[in-house]
Amino acid sequence: MDKIFRYSFYDLIRGRWSISYFLFYLIITIVLFSFSNDVSMVVISLLNIIIVLVPLVAIVFGIIYFYNSKEFTELLLAQPIKRSRIFVGQFLGIATSLSLAMLLGIGLPFIFYGIFISSEISNFIVILLTGTCLNFIFVALAFIIALKNNNKIKGFGFATLLWLFLAVIYDGIFLLLLILFNAYPLERLALGLTLLNPIDLSRILIILKLDVSALMGYTGAVFNSFFGNIGGIFLAALSLIIWITIPLFFIINISNKRDF
Amino acid sequence: MSIKDAVSTAREGDQIIIDGGLYFESNITIDKKLHIIGKNNPIIDGSNSRTDEVFVIQADSVIIENLQIQNVGPSFVKDLAAIRVQRKQNFIIKNNTIVGTMFAIYLEYAENGEVSRNTITGTESNVLSAGNGIHAWNCQAIDIVGNTVINQRDGIYFEFVNDSRITNNVCKDNLRYGLHFMFSNDDEYSNNIFTNNNAGVAVMFSKNIIMHDNKFFNNWGGSSYGLLLKEIYDAEIYDNYFNKNSIGIRVEGSSRINYSNNDFINNGWGIKIAGGCYDNNITSNNFISNAFDLSIESTINSNTFDGNYWSRNNGYDLNGDGIADEPYRPVELYNYIVTKTPEATILLRSIFLDIINLSEKVTPIFTPHNVIDNTPLMNRLYF
Amino acid sequence: MSKLVIRELHKAFSKNQVLKGIDLDFSSNGIWTILGPNASGKTTLIKAILGMVIPDSGNISINGETITNNWKYKDKISYLPQIAHFPDNLTVNELLKMIQELRNRTGSLESLIKEFDLKPFLNTKIDTLSGGTKQKLNLSIALMYKNPIYLLDEPTVGLDPIAVINLKKILRKLKREGKLIIITTHIIPLVEELTDKIIFLLEGKIKFCGLKAQLQQNYSSKSLEESIAALLQD
Repeated sequence: MDKIFRYSFYDLIRGRWSISYFLFYLIITIVLFSFSNDVSMVVISLLNIIIVLVPLVAIVFGIIYFYNSKEFTELLLAQPIKRSRIFVGQFLGIATSLSLAMLLGIGLPFIFYGIFISSEISNFIVILLTGTCLNFIFVALAFIIALKNNNKIKGFGFATLLWLFLAVIYDGIFLLLLILFNAYPLERLALGLTLLNPIDLSRILIILKLDVSALMGYTGAVFNSFFGNIGGIFLAALSLIIWITIPLFFIINISNKRDF
Repeated sequence: MSIKDAVSTAREGDQIIIDGGLYFESNITIDKKLHIIGKNNPIIDGSNSRTDEVFVIQADSVIIENLQIQNVGPSFVKDLAAIRVQRKQNFIIKNNTIVGTMFAIYLEYAENGEVSRNTITGTESNVLSAGNGIHAWNCQAIDIVGNTVINQRDGIYFEFVNDSRITNNVCKDNLRYGLHFMFSNDDEYSNNIFTNNNAGVAVMFSKNIIMHDNKFFNNWGGSSYGLLLKEIYDAEIYDNYFNKNSIGIRVEGSSRINYSNNDFINNGWGIKIAGGCYDNNITSNNFISNAFDLSIESTINSNTFDGNYWSRNNGYDLNGDGIADEPYRPVELYNYIVTKTPEATILLRSIFLDIINLSEKVTPIFTPHNVIDNTPLMNRLYF
Repeated sequence: MSKLVIRELHKAFSKNQVLKGIDLDFSSNGIWTILGPNASGKTTLIKAILGMVIPDSGNISINGETITNNWKYKDKISYLPQIAHFPDNLTVNELLKMIQELRNRTGSLESLIKEFDLKPFLNTKIDTLSGGTKQKLNLSIALMYKNPIYLLDEPTVGLDPIAVINLKKILRKLKREGKLIIITTHIIPLVEELTDKIIFLLEGKIKFCGLKAQLQQNYSSKSLEESIAALLQD
């Protein structure tokens, strides 16, 4: 696993994708800073980019990498190593290189603009950690889709649909449920629905840090006890970790049973 | 010689100097015009008696200064204070440090007095047994200047207090309100700082209150706000700064109020208006990076919202006059949904909401038609 | 000597039955060639031996040890995939190092690098290599270890004539050393020149398995090509 990880990471980090992804974040962050010197405003603007773009790029890139390296993966499968080590290693290689591109692209301008002496440092760290988790989750989901579909076009279609569903459609259904069942106490349902979608989960984790005031403005007891203490952030973070480990388990399981 | 002895032997108009030391004394009634002044930091300790206060002023023109008074109360039966002024005029209470008392300064039926530069720190954590820092009841023409009130129930409390001014005070970490008005008219508060209170300022059942140059920040929590206006009329609110409050200003049943030149930045809601609010003018304010700039719970609206800067407005200005060419509706669809279904707050900053907000902006269906800024500004105002 | 035995091997991909009861005893060492038209099951058979395709039923064993749910036996097998596709941004050296690290064995690369003329490319990124050079690299990876079993899928595809000659030389040497070499190819002259035994697959079944000469004898044809044509019409 460590060897496959190391070499796929070497390979990816020197690839055109990683470098352009890094440059993209670098430019976006610098542009945001040029509009506003207020670190907290830049953090808020980055929120939308992170919860929408990171999952999309991770799932698309994960799919493309998987199909593109099909032949090399077959060569690896003929070597005396466990199957799970190959796929977990590749998964870690992609997720780590994407995360590194994101961390450096966003991080360097922030360091330049003095994040370490800013009170926003904890928000900044939460954004980066959440973005990293999203990278890992969506690369893992991409691997599951690719392992399940030999057909490239189908796999690609499923991946983009899954992203569209989790990033947009899910919240539409969520909102509709809240409006339709307005007469019932919905707080627990709302919290539950949030934990079931990694994008919503990341959004909540970040706004728990950024917009607590707005969330606290609504006085529901369940929300308050959830958002009001460290336990809420802890639970949300734990759920993100679970969102990485369960797909990982599926990757191991499917790859062990599959034909190549 | 005890302080009490000194007071009883003193004559009208005398000055009593209390030298440094720890005095365990209480129920010191001042029944003649005296100037009591501390030297070398004397400390007067009320020994946490459940019945006794320290100074009770029952004469006109009394001055108390430079003392430290501590450990008065609490009591569940009686409001106990470090310094109480009863039915008298022309008092001055200044430069005192009051620590761990139920009420610090309690004014009843007092007139033409001054409470200035005192530092008041409560030690209670339970709102039921805590008292107010500066408490005024049925008073006239009082000046509250430059005090710091920390961790009391209300920092400053006014009930039936008219023609008074509250300036340059700092109220923070109070268990209920930083400043609380009830049934008080023709008062003015300015240049105060209200931060980290359960709620910043509550103005209730009062008329003709002028509020300006105050800072309200970090008043957040369950039902918290920077400023609550409840059943008040004819007020002026200008040059204030609201930052990181759950709600900048919460307005209920209040009419004929002018809001101008205020900054609303990074709040949950900038202004949240409940039903029964008429003829309010919200003009020349900055609404910047609030989760929701403005929310209106009633469908009937006779309020105006012209000439503000809204950071969420993506309008354009082709003729370059600094005013966006299209009117701006500050109540977005999501904002409207949250008013009806508060649980939807959990979807804050979801991309789906950006999409429906945009489509509502293109063809407004749900959001109130008459909540509109006809002359939205392109750039932030600096006051 | 290592003995590779395949018994009653069945494999279907969804409804498509690809292997229909394959029985094979690779009883002698030397070069075995698997022939057959497209979609006859050649690649699936090789992948089954490598554990990449999991059989529906049947058994594959090496020296009496079944390969199901096992991966360590691959240490004894060298594999040459048909398509050479490697990580674009690694250099040739890094890739060779990676394979050796994965197998935990140092391969003898020096002679291969010389014979396939790879020296100038060792520090080149793989995505800048030509197809032929990539195939030479592919061969070097497959041949760098002395293993009892070699599985070579279309080994001459994309090679220049000099490289083909060198490859043949190496294969003959391996044969002399008593290795089991299993090749798939479409190139009949290569079969005629090198092969000891022929396995002919058709629609998932073994149509013929035996010595090259015997195939020709069976159909009393003059050339191998003719015998194969006869086999197909049979």
